[in-house]
Amino acid sequence: MGTWHEYFKAEGTPPEWPYPIKFGEESEYETDVVVLGGGIAGCWAAISAARSGAKVAMFEKGDVRRSGAGGPGCDHWCNVPGNPLSRVEPDDWAIQEMNSLGDFSNGIGIQIQCREDYDTLLEMEQMGGKIRDDKDEFVGVEGRDPETKLMFSPRYSVDGSLAPAEGWGKPGFNPPEKRNNTVIRIWGSTFKPILKRECKKLGVNIIERTMATRILNENGRQGARVVGATGINARTGEFIIVKAKAAIIATSGSGFVYYFDSEHGGISTMYSRNQTGDGTVMAWKAGAKLTMMECSGASRFSGGLRHKWYTGGGDASYENVPLVDANNKRLPAPIQGWEDGGAMFSPQARIIAQIREGVKHGEYKLPFYGDFAAMKPEEAHATWDLMLNEESTTKVMVKTMTEGGFDKYSDQIMNYTLIEMQPSQQYRDAGSGGGIMTDWDLMTNVEGLFAAGMSTYSPGDHSYAAATGRYAGRKAAAYAKRVEQGEISREEIDREKKRVLAPTKRCGGIEWKELNVGVNRVMQYFASEFKNEEMLNLALEEIARIEENAVPQLFALDPHKLMRSLECLSIIEYAKIALNAMKERRLSSPKLRIERQDYPDADPEELKNYLALHLENDEIVFERIPIRFWGNMKEQYEAHNQDYTGVYKG
Amino acid sequence: MGTWHDYLKAAGTPPEWPYPIKYGEETEVETDVLVLGGGIAGCWAAISAARNGVKVALFEKGDVRRSGAGGPGCDHWCNVPANPLSRVDPDEWAIEMINALGDYSNGIGIEIQCREDYDTLLEMEQMGGKIRDDKDEFVGAEGRDPETKLMFSPRYGAKAGYGAHPDWRKPGFNPPEKRNNVVIRIWGSTFKPILKRECKKLGVQIFDRVMATSLLNENGKQGARVVGATGINGRTGEFIIARAKATIIATAGSGQLWNIDMEHGGYSYMYSRNENGDGSVMAFKAGATITMREGSHPFGIASGLKHKWYTGGGDASYENVPIVDANNVKLDLVTQGWADAGAMNSPDLLQAVRDGVESGKFELPMFGDFAGMKPEESNATWNLMLNEESTTKIMVKTMTEGGFDHTRDQIMNYSFIEMQSPPQYYDAPRGGGILHDWNLKTTLDGLYAAGTAVFSPEDHSFAASTGRYAGRKAAAYAKTVELGEVCREQIAKEKERVLAPAMRSEGIEWKELHNGLCRVMQYYVSQYKTERLYNLALEEIARIEENAVPQLYALDPHKLMRSLETLSAIESAKIIIYAQKERKLSSPKLGINRLDYPEPDEEELKKYLLMHLENDEVVFERIPIRFWGNMKEQYEAHNQDYTGVYKG
Amino acid sequence: MADKVFALPNVQTPSVPVKINPDKCIGCNTCVETCQIDVFIPNPKKGAPPIILHAEECWYCGCCATDCPTPGAMEFNWPLPLKPRWRNKETGVVSQLK
Repeated sequence: MGTWHEYFKAEGTPPEWPYPIKFGEESEYETDVVVLGGGIAGCWAAISAARSGAKVAMFEKGDVRRSGAGGPGCDHWCNVPGNPLSRVEPDDWAIQEMNSLGDFSNGIGIQIQCREDYDTLLEMEQMGGKIRDDKDEFVGVEGRDPETKLMFSPRYSVDGSLAPAEGWGKPGFNPPEKRNNTVIRIWGSTFKPILKRECKKLGVNIIERTMATRILNENGRQGARVVGATGINARTGEFIIVKAKAAIIATSGSGFVYYFDSEHGGISTMYSRNQTGDGTVMAWKAGAKLTMMECSGASRFSGGLRHKWYTGGGDASYENVPLVDANNKRLPAPIQGWEDGGAMFSPQARIIAQIREGVKHGEYKLPFYGDFAAMKPEEAHATWDLMLNEESTTKVMVKTMTEGGFDKYSDQIMNYTLIEMQPSQQYRDAGSGGGIMTDWDLMTNVEGLFAAGMSTYSPGDHSYAAATGRYAGRKAAAYAKRVEQGEISREEIDREKKRVLAPTKRCGGIEWKELNVGVNRVMQYFASEFKNEEMLNLALEEIARIEENAVPQLFALDPHKLMRSLECLSIIEYAKIALNAMKERRLSSPKLRIERQDYPDADPEELKNYLALHLENDEIVFERIPIRFWGNMKEQYEAHNQDYTGVYKG
Repeated sequence: MGTWHDYLKAAGTPPEWPYPIKYGEETEVETDVLVLGGGIAGCWAAISAARNGVKVALFEKGDVRRSGAGGPGCDHWCNVPANPLSRVDPDEWAIEMINALGDYSNGIGIEIQCREDYDTLLEMEQMGGKIRDDKDEFVGAEGRDPETKLMFSPRYGAKAGYGAHPDWRKPGFNPPEKRNNVVIRIWGSTFKPILKRECKKLGVQIFDRVMATSLLNENGKQGARVVGATGINGRTGEFIIARAKATIIATAGSGQLWNIDMEHGGYSYMYSRNENGDGSVMAFKAGATITMREGSHPFGIASGLKHKWYTGGGDASYENVPIVDANNVKLDLVTQGWADAGAMNSPDLLQAVRDGVESGKFELPMFGDFAGMKPEESNATWNLMLNEESTTKIMVKTMTEGGFDHTRDQIMNYSFIEMQSPPQYYDAPRGGGILHDWNLKTTLDGLYAAGTAVFSPEDHSFAASTGRYAGRKAAAYAKTVELGEVCREQIAKEKERVLAPAMRSEGIEWKELHNGLCRVMQYYVSQYKTERLYNLALEEIARIEENAVPQLYALDPHKLMRSLETLSAIESAKIIIYAQKERKLSSPKLGINRLDYPEPDEEELKKYLLMHLENDEVVFERIPIRFWGNMKEQYEAHNQDYTGVYKG
Repeated sequence: MADKVFALPNVQTPSVPVKINPDKCIGCNTCVETCQIDVFIPNPKKGAPPIILHAEECWYCGCCATDCPTPGAMEFNWPLPLKPRWRNKETGVVSQLK
């Protein structure tokens, strides 16, 4: 019961749209700080700005209660060297982490995370989030501290990397007394509803089911100070205008640029359809600098064409679960466990190739399994009932499998690493690592425009989003206190409103999925495994044709499909930015995940620079900014945060 | 305009189902010869049976006018060594062909094709099909005979088979005076409507929009004589029972068992969804012996995840069009042209180009260089070959209207930039099918097979000539027997099975079920195969049958047909797994790769693996390859009464 | 009625294998009969253009457009990911079907 077809069968007519249709209508709000995106970064930004005394409004495509990639939960609170049991110093750890991530990491973000992540976690606890094993459910589990009842994860316990460290798997490797203790296991599925409750308590004006569509510059001039943002309600179609002194971009994703498939397994990528990189595109159009947009690596995870992320036993973070072959023979793969210092399997091409050879020669027999049954019961319990039960979309896997008879003490989960479709070279992650550039205040080059979480370049994970969101909120609030409301341009708003509503004026033509897949085909053909100047030009020409011929046919039958359609327009912009960056980077480099046939080598000088790009009068301006432009991380952080007061005192 | 949503918007309500719903109702028909499938083989079978003086009925899922893989058209009439300009003898050519095709080819079918293909073509012309350049549109094109105005194709010009001739790069290779002249270019888009017209003229009782669902055995006993078949109307849901003295299976396809994807590019495979392999499943369930079901190979052409077959300039049979790189450097590839005597590219040729791309020798993208051809040749390729071949006619039309000029332009080619099929996307062989004797009779009395339904079939003209042959043989048989007894219980059971999805309005629809099956095949029956993985696959399919199939629902008769096709696909998948399990070897010849039996077993490879059902249990047998004996002698012994081209 | 917004599932993809010109189409339903996979159904209103019902089953054989007896009534429409491309050899300009 419950399907659309059943309703139709019973009623003889399709259901009417259940929300009032308000195409053309407007609501206007005024605030100090507007936050775009209500995920982990957005919520923390809103809370921290409000706690700093600013009036806050927040756009969110879904409902803040469970929205965003972190809405369902999170199991790891990473890079928290400020915790009392850490064996590393936060500033040193930030440098180590940045070094291990390579030249194109985000030193500002990492420094913020390392300095403030533990404070952020304690604030999460203050609000009611569960961060300790206070009910003693996991006594005996490795990494559990009996006093604080904090539970440490094997991740980063040996060094700041997800690659296996020298000597892994050998006896005496990674002894408890030497571990870094920089990652804490948490009950992340409790967090998001609490964050929403806190936002409401603080009077944040939460504008839900609303997609932000544009950042407003003062007097409509690209690159000028930010004075607000517009949005569209995906249930009613109402157009929303928010006047604000500062804006924080806290959106995420760059998904669906190279591939999209909702037929085989629904949209089971790492992100939901809502995470389509709109924020990056909005910042771009407002004149903000982006970088790393030239990167695109072959996609590793998921997609509806493959098994759902995680449910394939050991594909991702099955912490500590040994992988075995069909005869229960252990595979020589790291498992993110204690014995390998939390190293990951799936990015290790050499190890995967070695196992593949073993399969071909009969050394290992397919299929493989995640061997829960072989683990110490305490460890299986912690992995199943804490890590998987708290991490993003795996909670429902734990629930349904447990109800369906899976027993973590006696069973093994099938693993699809080799028997599953290897992703095609043509399926890639656009702008992997690409995003918005900021200064030490997390402010972009556009005055009043801040960025946090996944929307910044080379971002980290959940706790990175939380810490940078919290930081951006504080800084944006401080900025908002210093300035007056700026002048919005009615002309700019009218133009945006017209753009946004255009698909609703048509009821035939091209719908959003076909447009999405059409853009994907361009990227697959001309900007994937083989790239050269001519191919990239062809791609740009073809996207221009799509904009000329297909976009004017885009139609949306209701406000929801309108949002999906507008996301496709973001995807088109995202693709163009990526293509232009790829063209400008005349090199091949695994570090940057770019390969060009016409420039098979890399100029070492060029590789010492970020490629930044932004719009001036709608023309692209490229700049090279030296790597590690942020200076001495400790000094810079301290210079910018003399007023930082630590954990919120209410 | 024209979409369902437009209608709803305008009318305020979805359209009602436009055809009368007749779930549960029955039509019963009695005939001499029943043909299942109204494509090329089916039409020819029906026409030939009717011309032999028997009453004929025909089931067709679509409308016979344009149905089947050959409905839109066909450009090559292959293996027609009996034509007056041929330089080879039909019987010798048949032997050469089976040698080229390898050990598992169909000697009976090839001999029939080589002997009767030209007669079949002349009959096509008699009915009104265009087989000559009578309007002199292609004067100057190579291979055109000015007298007969027949147009020969480069295919098989120097030897049988698609592999490149060892001498193909040498000057003077494949000179006109030495060519075999065994393949004729034809105007195949004119054929199908003519075949339907002829069927009607001959009084064939055509059941359009009817999917055959099962064969009826005498008294309902598996393996007994076939006495008819059942069908379901894909528009009304009416159940059809046909009683017949003889039945000819002329269905096609082997179904998409490893991947279906409609979201990206519709159902743009080489076959339409209708060509789903239901026929061999039906035959198998009735107890007929099938063979060659163990082969499978990585998915080659198209699918919605890639570009449409053909429109990628040079992916398939862009006859004679040289492929060039972005700088107009000609690639070292064969082009199915005169220069290479119609050869198709092999993996090593393609890999060499790919290496060239990686080393910078060739620059992407590639193009099919129509503009680099002699104008007469590009005219023949564009306006005859592509304009007449299956689904490419619409490409020619839309591209021409869109400004493409075959004397000036080049078509983009995706061979090297397009997604290589992932190793988990496999394809069931066209080679698997129904075993038959020299009368094209199967192992069951009263059951014949033709076209793509037989094992190791060939293409359009193979379908035509074997259909024509099977029609003749089935008619002769029908004249010697009475109608057999159908079993009411078997019919009632089938009717219940067929209508079950229509009785539910919720659960799992056909696409999800089909995708679920594909996932099983991708995981356990693709790149890596072992006994254990096969067993897991079979267990998983059993679970699908237990848990998902009882939830299968269909909102209307059309979706009911699609649902039943998915049930066929499940049976096809099981058959393939049974066969692969039984063949404990690996062999590229046979298209089977097993990790647990990595070596070929030479003795085993000298045999066909046959399988059939007895009391619903699979029984395996082996018979030697080339079991058909001396082809010339056997053909002649079985066709002493053959009278050649129809004389009206 | 025309402005009523229904709650409908997403439009199937791709959705428009052919474009029908309602001013020229005479509703003869030749395409309905020609299509081997029943992409179309006849319009309940006699003489009105047919309705594209099972768009995503289209295999792009083009017979409907080829056999349409009324010039200009039906235009074949490749879905966005399948539109053919070509290059003018002399100018090097790459074109793609609209």
